[in-house]
Amino acid sequence: MKVRMTVNGVPYEDEVEPRLLLVQYIRGMLGLTGTNIGCDTSSCGSCTVLFGGESVKSCTLLAVQGEGAEITTIEGLALPDGRLHPVQRAFRENHGLQCGFCTPGMVMAAVSLLNENPHPSAREVREGLEGNLCRCTGYHNIVEAVLAAARSEDLS
Amino acid sequence: MSILGHRVLRKEDIKFLTVGGTYVDDVDLPGAAWLAYVRSPLAHARIAGIDVTRARQAPGVVDAVTAQDVGLAPSRMDADEIPEVMARPFLATGTVRFVGEPVVAVVANSLAEAVDACELVEVDYDPLVPVVDPSMALDDDVLLFPEAGTNVVTSIGEPNVEGVGEGSLFDGCEVVVRQRILNQRVAPCPLEVRASAATFGPDGRLTFYVSSQTPFTMREDLAKMLGVDEDRVRVIAPDVGGGFGAKIEPYPDELLVAWLARRLSRPVRWTETRSESMLGIGHGRGQVQYVTIGGSRDGKVAAYYLEVVQDSGAYPQIGALLPDLTKTMLTGTYDIPKAGFFSRSVVTNTTPLTAYRGAGRPEATAAIERSMDLFAAEIGMDPADVRRANLIGADRFPFTTVIGTQYDIGDYQGALDLLLEVSGYKELREEQAGRRRSAAPSQLGLGMSVYVEITNADEGTEFSSVEIRPDGKAVVKTGTSAHGQGHATAWSMVVAEKLGLSVDDVEFVQSDTDIVKSGIGTFGSRSLQSGGVATRRAATRVLEMAKDLAADMLETAPEDVVADPAGGGLQVAGVPSARKSWAELSGAATERGAPLLAEVDYEFQGATYPFGAHLAVVEVDTETGKVVLRRMVAVDDAGRILNPLLADGQIHGGLAQGVAQALLEEFRYDEDGNPLTTNLADYTFVSAAELPSFECARMETPTPKNELGAKGIGESGTIGSTPAVHNAVVDALAHLGVRHIDMPTTPERVWRAITAAAP
Amino acid sequence: MIPARFDYRRAGSVGEAVALLSEFPGAKLLAGGHSLLPLMRLRLAVPSLLIDIGPVSGLSYVRDEGDHLSVGALTRHRDLELSEVVRREAPVLSYAAGQVGDPQVRHRGTIGGSLAHGDPASDLPAVVLALDGTLVAEGPAGPREIPATDFFCGFLETAIGPDEVLTEVRLPKARGGWSFQKFNRRAQDWATVGVVAVAGDGRGTGPFRVALVNMGLTPLRAAAVEEAAAGGAGPAEAASRAAEGTEPPSDLNATAEFRRHLASVLVRRALEEAMAGERTVA
Repeated sequence: MKVRMTVNGVPYEDEVEPRLLLVQYIRGMLGLTGTNIGCDTSSCGSCTVLFGGESVKSCTLLAVQGEGAEITTIEGLALPDGRLHPVQRAFRENHGLQCGFCTPGMVMAAVSLLNENPHPSAREVREGLEGNLCRCTGYHNIVEAVLAAARSEDLS
Repeated sequence: MSILGHRVLRKEDIKFLTVGGTYVDDVDLPGAAWLAYVRSPLAHARIAGIDVTRARQAPGVVDAVTAQDVGLAPSRMDADEIPEVMARPFLATGTVRFVGEPVVAVVANSLAEAVDACELVEVDYDPLVPVVDPSMALDDDVLLFPEAGTNVVTSIGEPNVEGVGEGSLFDGCEVVVRQRILNQRVAPCPLEVRASAATFGPDGRLTFYVSSQTPFTMREDLAKMLGVDEDRVRVIAPDVGGGFGAKIEPYPDELLVAWLARRLSRPVRWTETRSESMLGIGHGRGQVQYVTIGGSRDGKVAAYYLEVVQDSGAYPQIGALLPDLTKTMLTGTYDIPKAGFFSRSVVTNTTPLTAYRGAGRPEATAAIERSMDLFAAEIGMDPADVRRANLIGADRFPFTTVIGTQYDIGDYQGALDLLLEVSGYKELREEQAGRRRSAAPSQLGLGMSVYVEITNADEGTEFSSVEIRPDGKAVVKTGTSAHGQGHATAWSMVVAEKLGLSVDDVEFVQSDTDIVKSGIGTFGSRSLQSGGVATRRAATRVLEMAKDLAADMLETAPEDVVADPAGGGLQVAGVPSARKSWAELSGAATERGAPLLAEVDYEFQGATYPFGAHLAVVEVDTETGKVVLRRMVAVDDAGRILNPLLADGQIHGGLAQGVAQALLEEFRYDEDGNPLTTNLADYTFVSAAELPSFECARMETPTPKNELGAKGIGESGTIGSTPAVHNAVVDALAHLGVRHIDMPTTPERVWRAITAAAP
Repeated sequence: MIPARFDYRRAGSVGEAVALLSEFPGAKLLAGGHSLLPLMRLRLAVPSLLIDIGPVSGLSYVRDEGDHLSVGALTRHRDLELSEVVRREAPVLSYAAGQVGDPQVRHRGTIGGSLAHGDPASDLPAVVLALDGTLVAEGPAGPREIPATDFFCGFLETAIGPDEVLTEVRLPKARGGWSFQKFNRRAQDWATVGVVAVAGDGRGTGPFRVALVNMGLTPLRAAAVEEAAAGGAGPAEAASRAAEGTEPPSDLNATAEFRRHLASVLVRRALEEAMAGERTVA
């Protein structure tokens, strides 16, 4: 089955098995391994990417469902000149990551959250990240990071 | 000014935030075949037959092997306590002993083909009666290993046959309280599941990528399995997505990948699914505890006894040995004159138990801290006052407990006082009283723990080397193996401070057995006080070598040579023009045949004992039983803090895991040994939405055990928080007559406790 | 993690989907996929053919039809959460849609998919029941209307025929008092028990309609509670009959006994909140 989609601004066209999951396509065929697989029940959010600008779990979509879609992964988040996105920067400045495995999905979920609610409360951040699990940070600094990103002036 | 003690941002972050880490599943291995396992669907059964014919013929399948094909001797953890007959086979041999045990290995050209072919393997099982409950395993009615004659793996101490009467430990106590406490089995759940990949080079050497906390142990086990010398094996732990103790011990299903790669003369890789991981990676905790605590009505505890039945799962590994650490920390922060301990570790038809964040110490803390609250409730005293009456005074260190553990240094009273102050304990108690008076459905509970734990518990050494490269930058190679803790930054800080370099001018290398000379790994909150100190010593030696060299080059005495205050080299004190850069020094040293390289095997001087005090404030909906954690206040003392950013991060993560054990998490089986919480939808892994932000206060009481003054901090959060939250839930319901609820304190358990206590 | 092999077809229109369903028995419809794909990944569902109706245009809408709203089957939870019309005319639906799963699920999951899956633990089926909605299914003989009360037939079973596609949900306006009580252990979990209550006449006074999540093999109307409330019983008295006629499951999160208890507590709270009158979605 042929599928065409744009990932991080680059158009792709590939022949895939219908059962190939979007996350497997992104990792295996496009070689964008920043997006991780942490579970098999759509629970952990490690595979979160932006699909038309909104967060989705790429383990719960078939690659063929991505037909015509605009996808953004962690690799496509920084500005073209290499400057970090405010959420990326805030995660570093607030120590919002440890082992790094949940991080790409967590960052993409946070970007989507801030797109929808640019000035969330701490409670809204926690509820907005309910679909992303982290075992290292206890979420404390992740919440700090998202709040800091919301405060930063250059959040586009 | 020294960089040590400052909040230095992590140098390793950029990669994770822009392209993601490189975990085993991300390693590019051209031509690799994929491995998938057929796992036992039964808890206990004899294997009557295995037919892999159809699987072998399936599209893309390269191989399908059983225990018979493998023919490897079972592997046993190198510990005298574990009987030889309980060793674990690489693939189930004759009998399966837990759901999820690997039975057949299927290798195919793609992962999908391997998974498809697994469904074509036919295994004929004759079911056996399973033993699931560790207390029932003690009866030895059904034996997992008939050759052993018992399910008991090992035991410590003696049963308390005297009970609480005359001549017993509790003779003379005005009050004695007893309670059975379940320290439930939990799943460690690192976000990255287990994975390994193996490839043999043209020289016949193995390169093995694995998600591990201990690459050097892995090398040893691989060499043993393959029957080759260790120098024929290179182990690389690339980025590792969390371990929490569960990636210390090599697992047969990850090792077998190398055996298959050799058999097939082709790279082989394996990444388990989360559903497999919930059964395959070792579980934590799993103790049934019976506490007895006695003392006088003025709050003084006179005696304490703990009996433990440790679930070891189907094959004993670290889990079977956890009671040893539980015993070590038996009486916690209290000066209790008499104490006793008895444990038995038993095998059951469940996933093997292993180390999980704290490993044996959280269980000790949970038992004594629940006991203190039970005792306080019995005599009608505030739990804080009872604790204060029994804490070991700050002037009594080093202190040897009644069980024989020698604590290095502590100020438990100070920690408790600080906790009560920063949490506003008095006001919280008033708020609680108000809620009780109003009989509102939502009741407030306060719970605390004053904990001490043991870090870097094993004797031994850790390796580190520091070398000045030709470009004047330093490279540190360490035997510890970080997987999120931030060692790249912390170790670089240690070297940078010593040599007058910037953190970015220090290259950090770990977890590659070809590049690092030797090592032990990262677990048990050991790394800074072992590998970190080794790094400091190596950097110190390099500095001395460089000073000698510079003195010779600048024709002065070594004691006149100092670090250039502007950084980047050495100079004669007060004579900035008489200077040699690190690049010049490196070049000169190499020319003279004595490169600026120091390798240190640091032999550490015994364990350290971090401590602290935690307070949890919970709201309990007495109609639905739902518990909400409103505040979590933590005072922690891990000695001198190298980087508060990293230290706080360790505390936060530990707190969340500890809270989760008290409120949410439990790995469950039905009575036939079928696992019920086999994925992250059913296993209630805590999320941000169930937690508050944490309130942390720090104390720093440096340990005399090492020159950094550092104790471990990786596990403290977990150890202190579980009993604090657990106590808080019970406290919220104390006025209703509730004295104990087992963890996790689920809505239904809370509701049932309230109902049962109702007059 | 990897579904068993299946064939895949995209349907460009409802008619095309219906034709494919008629041609291939055993085929399953794929909308947002957030009910089906998780089952397929664990190989608990192994359809031979997936017909993707995602590309069907014109099935994502909310229309104000005077006395009721018409909601297209492919309308996502997130759209229901944000829709001004839904927030005004059926606030309980907007609020409940915001409680489904997590944000990622709400960005993909659809109301039609959720209803067609018929999971008694899902939130929206109970909401549609309480709102006394009507579902429209289109088959080879054209569209037909199915009252929500007749729609849920058994565990994961609905009145949609094997060759029919759910196209629309019609919901009487419900601007009056409402409540959605979702009890779960973690935010992202399904409801252990959930309760929906809405004022029946759309103006904030009774009779109240009450529906239950996860209290049986299907989403249920709490008929005894409704009857008691209509007869003038207060919230506590009416709620004491919450478990009548239910067969709640026992599972990891709760025993049947505890579910019955939870239902009575949550129904009381729901009625109290709904009886307090009109309320906008926060």
